Amino acid sequence: MKVGLSPRLRAAGLTVPLIAFIAVTFIAPLGTLLTRSVYDAEVAEILPRTMAVLADWDTSGTPSEAAYATIAMELLRARDERTLGRAATRINRIESGLRSVVVKTPRRLGRDVGTEPPGAETWRDALVAIDEAWGENATWRAIREAGQPFTSRHFLNAVDLETRADGSIAAMPESRRIYVPLYLRTLWVSLGVTALCLVIGYPIAHAIAHAGSRWSTTLLVLVLVPFWTSLLVRTTAWIVLLQNQGVVNDILVALGIVADDGRLAMIYNMTGTFVAMTHVLLPFMVLPLYSVMRSIPTRHMDAAASLGATPMQAFRRVYWPQTLPGVGAGSLLVFILAIGYYITPALVGGQSGQLISNMIAYHMQTSLNWGLAAALAAILLLAVIGLYVLYDRVVGIDRMRLG
Amino acid sequence: MKAPHVEYRNVRKSYDGRTLVVEDLNLAVEKGEFLTLLGPSGSGKTTCLMMLAGFEQATSGAILVNGESVHDLPPDKRNIGVVFQNYALFPHMTVGGNLAFPLEVRRLRASERAERVARALRLVQLEGFEARRPGELSGGQQQRVAIARALVFEPELVLMDEPLGALDRRLREEMQFEIRRIHRELGVTIIYVTHDQQEAMVMSDRVAVFRNGRIEQIATPETLYEEPERAFVAQFIGENNLLGASVTATDGDICDVDTGSGVVRAFDVQGSAVGDDVILAIRPERIGVEPDSGQYANVLTATALDVVFIGDHLRVRLRVGDNEDFIAKIPNIVGHGTVLPGDNVRIGWATLDGRALPPDPSISQGDIEP
Ligand SMILES: Nc1ncnc2c1ncn2[C@@H]1O[C@H](COP(=O)(O)OP(=O)(O)O)[C@@H](O)[C@H]1O
Ligand SMILES: [Mg+2]
Repeated sequence: MKVGLSPRLRAAGLTVPLIAFIAVTFIAPLGTLLTRSVYDAEVAEILPRTMAVLADWDTSGTPSEAAYATIAMELLRARDERTLGRAATRINRIESGLRSVVVKTPRRLGRDVGTEPPGAETWRDALVAIDEAWGENATWRAIREAGQPFTSRHFLNAVDLETRADGSIAAMPESRRIYVPLYLRTLWVSLGVTALCLVIGYPIAHAIAHAGSRWSTTLLVLVLVPFWTSLLVRTTAWIVLLQNQGVVNDILVALGIVADDGRLAMIYNMTGTFVAMTHVLLPFMVLPLYSVMRSIPTRHMDAAASLGATPMQAFRRVYWPQTLPGVGAGSLLVFILAIGYYITPALVGGQSGQLISNMIAYHMQTSLNWGLAAALAAILLLAVIGLYVLYDRVVGIDRMRLG
Repeated sequence: MKAPHVEYRNVRKSYDGRTLVVEDLNLAVEKGEFLTLLGPSGSGKTTCLMMLAGFEQATSGAILVNGESVHDLPPDKRNIGVVFQNYALFPHMTVGGNLAFPLEVRRLRASERAERVARALRLVQLEGFEARRPGELSGGQQQRVAIARALVFEPELVLMDEPLGALDRRLREEMQFEIRRIHRELGVTIIYVTHDQQEAMVMSDRVAVFRNGRIEQIATPETLYEEPERAFVAQFIGENNLLGASVTATDGDICDVDTGSGVVRAFDVQGSAVGDDVILAIRPERIGVEPDSGQYANVLTATALDVVFIGDHLRVRLRVGDNEDFIAKIPNIVGHGTVLPGDNVRIGWATLDGRALPPDPSISQGDIEP
């Protein structure tokens, strides 16, 4: 008989597809994401020689004539190679207004430009004639900055900081601080939704776990049905219910509780986000709680009563402590899902109900600032990991029961 | 007259509103008594305890403790110690925490608590186990903790629902002895539930035999064994031979019955009339087999089917009429008879060892192990 691989090696071989799967679906995207947040060589590749010349520049005033000549050449080539737009966008993110400067410069220079500046003594004069920005220090700083492949810019930006002209790091002007308040809002909304899910989910899970078997099945199905329904359908249902001319407002008006011209704004704002997210995430609280509660014999409450404990004492001292692993698991699950929630706030949150994930999506899809999106997402990921570690320290992750 | 410690008066219980799980129960338990509710599974024993503890409400009737109805007392105000079938120890508390719990809700001082917990642990011989968790204890140790917890707040009445059901036989016997000792030491009233007749016999002052929510007979273990009044009791307690028969003559407490394979005399439990159907019960150890049978007043012929040497006795299975499971035990003493399978033999017994019991449609003749 041939000597084959050792059984252990063969057994390990069985895990290869799993490891490959995790690598492709998890580690690779995450790695790309983290890379994007600190590395972007686009400008460095489009304007390589300009960057080389600017490396010797002392960053005061404007650079030498050589820099003007080089960038003019490279912008012309970028136009011909159709990479100009990408470079312009990136430079514009650092100093807004530079996009048009960068884009129009090769156009104004015209075609068939030789090595001599057209209609001027120097390249510097030619460019400044096209736009005065070329004569300003800030423009050249921005270009130099955009050419750095490694940058902490996105991370600073994500926490509302910026690099000043003198290289120091400082808070952005008040009006441009949007991300930190958004993170805080996301945090509060997630905590609020988690608390709401716990308050609503605990009695439901209790009823499912300890009601007679017929009732508990019915209740369990009621909790699970939303799971089987499309998220969009459920969210749309809330729009139908909560909108200005919606069911709830109609009933309130019909009952005379609110006036017809005083209909409550319950959707496209924070209320809508709260209500819909709580509804969507409730099963994630109920299921771990249910699984823990089911394992607590009802006799424990009888035993506590026989020992002289009032129902309240029995609950507080005997029942509640035994459900803590479920409370921890459910809360962690809901909180982590809430903190990254995107669809529901996007649909029913309106202006005031947007969360950090909506901002990440905006930078991914609309502004195409992937670096910033990646930095925002990385910070979110870090927060979740931090939370997990904290939970592990305080409660112990092995005490968590998901089902 | 002093009221009994616990009294059930015409108590009925139905869970579904149709079938009665407990039918018209009347029962009085004296202070300091060890009373056992014995019966097969599903006969309503647990339900009786849970009504007394306050976890279930009687459908009708009254339960009295020290002469007063407990109907309106919630379970936490009844001050009754309960040992549950599966212990119901709190897994998130230590042994000490479990025992201190009833004292904490009673707001006892910490020093008093510690002293009582230590005393209760000493009582069940678990000194030094305070810091353990129930999950780290063996079944027998958990059992002791459960008993200690039911006693630590010094109730006068303790209910135990099959507390030894989950233990192996050796441990069970040891714990039976322990519970007896604790009962004697503390003088509390104990109402104990089991389906094991031997356990009931060993431990109890009195035993109430339950069947389908009714008490068939309530008496001391000895009386239940010697003087069963119902075929169910005769069959459930110890081993017994049952023969269907009909009464042919009566004479005070004694009657003649026709077993189908001969007429014998027997003690008439119910005051039968001629022509009544009865069940005749005779204990296996009271039966003499040839040549001993000659000395008895009542003799029948039988065929030996099976003979087993047990050690202290020979166990002989016989056919008597159409009963093929008639057992006789021949003591292993000098000069005892020998029987071989297939032998036709004569068996005999004293008149008072045969008891003519009321007929019972659900009990066939023969010695059925419960
Ligand atoms: N909580 C309950 N709900 C409905 N039926 C019950 C309940 N508890 C017991 N029963 C029924 O009552 C009968 C007696 O049960 P139980 O008192 O537990 O008997 P035992 O303790 O003698 O085994 C059984 O038929 C059982 O199915
Ligand atoms: Mg029972």
